[in-house]
Amino acid sequence: MTRVTFSPSILSRPVYAPLESHGAGPTIMLCDAEGAAAILDLAERDPAVMDYAHVIYIPSGSDYTVRMRALEARQYHEAPSYDAITARYRKALADATMGTRLYLAGTEGLIGKAAAEALAAGLPAQAIQAEHRGSIARRMQCVHCKGVTEDVTTDPFTCSHCGLTLFVRDHFSRRLGAFQGVCVDAETPGEVPERQEILP
Amino acid sequence: MTIQFNDETFRDDYTFFNSPVAIARFPFPFDKDDYMYSVNMEPHETGPEGTPFDVRFDVDEHYVSEMRDRAITLDEDPLRCQSLPHMELAGWDLLELIMVSKAADYPDLFTLNRDGDRWHWINKPLGIEQRFTFGDPTTLPYGPMEYITRQAQGDFAVLDQREDNLWMDAGMVTSQADWSLDFDIGMNFFEWHAPVPKAHEMGVFQRALKFLMHVNQDTPARRLNWTMTVNPRLDTSPENYHKWGPEKRTITPENVGQKQYLRVELQTFWRLPRSNALAFPIRCYLINLEDLTSVPKWGRRLHRVLRDLPDELADYKGFAVNRPVIVEYLSKFDDGAPTSAGIYPDETDVALNKVPARV
Ligand code: HEM
Repeated sequence: MTRVTFSPSILSRPVYAPLESHGAGPTIMLCDAEGAAAILDLAERDPAVMDYAHVIYIPSGSDYTVRMRALEARQYHEAPSYDAITARYRKALADATMGTRLYLAGTEGLIGKAAAEALAAGLPAQAIQAEHRGSIARRMQCVHCKGVTEDVTTDPFTCSHCGLTLFVRDHFSRRLGAFQGVCVDAETPGEVPERQEILP
Repeated sequence: MTIQFNDETFRDDYTFFNSPVAIARFPFPFDKDDYMYSVNMEPHETGPEGTPFDVRFDVDEHYVSEMRDRAITLDEDPLRCQSLPHMELAGWDLLELIMVSKAADYPDLFTLNRDGDRWHWINKPLGIEQRFTFGDPTTLPYGPMEYITRQAQGDFAVLDQREDNLWMDAGMVTSQADWSLDFDIGMNFFEWHAPVPKAHEMGVFQRALKFLMHVNQDTPARRLNWTMTVNPRLDTSPENYHKWGPEKRTITPENVGQKQYLRVELQTFWRLPRSNALAFPIRCYLINLEDLTSVPKWGRRLHRVLRDLPDELADYKGFAVNRPVIVEYLSKFDDGAPTSAGIYPDETDVALNKVPARV
């Protein structure tokens, strides 16, 4: 299943909806893994949306490359990782004009990082749409050392920077594009609950 | 009467203490015997003389030591003070508001002389004298918000108002009840309040936001909030939770009266003139149960409030683990007698007339 129904949560947690076409107009489309399927669905609903699209696809093991190329976007780029496209993506944001729209699709980690980058670049929040597909792994900021751990799938988890065991909160910062991780055994050092797979 | 400033600490050996005057004027937050979230806002600068409610920015015996504690926290973690680039004007607004208020309300402690944009500020308790040009950040050792909030008790959030919402775009936060400015900066009113239980469903935040957007320069407002803190620690930040967390588990029936504190936040709301931002000072007052129960009405009432508080609130406020010991301790101060309305002690308790009036 690439579509996930998330359980109701607190108000800072982003909610995702299917991408909605605003028709032909300048767009940046950034997707990873199963997120490509959301772009394909969007293009099927309204092919005109591809006419001015700059599409960046990070397959991370998924295989939509043939179908993505066939969309014949104005610009199409495949990349091995988010880090590899950061400079390209920033340039695209810097070159964005007044009406440029950003479509993000895929994991919450990609959506979180890419939306934060876009907001920092001055793109208005209303110009950004995001559809979640695929893994429910989270991008977590450690509130203690401030390091970000990508692709967190268990609660609690180990901060990849400072090594503290953190629990997974639903509190989300759009500026950081990350959820908050807080030391789980702060009051009783060493008493760590069993790791569970996180739920949607 | 001039204030006698305590030499005390809010960490390590915790030498913090309240004098009898500080106890008598403590901003007790409960006006009745039970508590639930509500839109509890009222006009500011109204309240009996000598209480923290009758001045714009209360200065008390903890001032000098609190500012020392803030400086330590900032040295360890400079991200406790942040301001997004568009907030500098609001920083100047805040600096003006605080300097003007302090100089007018405490002329023996603070002096402000203004000659156009050439300002001269004297802060006697902290031994600071500064000449600077209002609006020119190069004439101050810090940005305007950081400069003035290193000299003002309490945390400060500065909110930008746009798109029918308030945005936490600047702040100085070193004495918070477990929330992170670094994480929350840039959020709107509903986002930063997201973790609070029940209040969203009750419509509290929708109504509170409406009220706040209409606060204007002539109508500063205030509300009280509260929680429970073990040890007189100002820096109960999530950043350092792994450092202060273990202290929470040291409460015993023997030490609870001395180690368990009621933490009260006097929150005020100010419209700033140039930026149209909203300043939100969060002033923290601490009192341990032993001192608090020296006022019989407060002892009775706190017992009833904490005993009957819904579990979700005790969990959220982080004292659920210690609640049984706290309630047991307080029950000894509750004889079941009725309590009078309002937050102030009864005439027969310590009387407010023991609080020296300001001069
Ligand atoms: C605009 C200024 C305000 C700011 C910057 C602010 C900020 C905050 C923050 C950061 C928290 C902690 C949330 C967390 O758990 O992470 C909080 C809690 C809360 N706020 Fe506000 N707030 C403001 C105004 C108000 C107003 C006007 C109300 C009126 C009802 C209110 C009611 C509450 C309540 C009930 C809580 C939970 C507190 C507790 O149970 O200890 N806030 N606020």
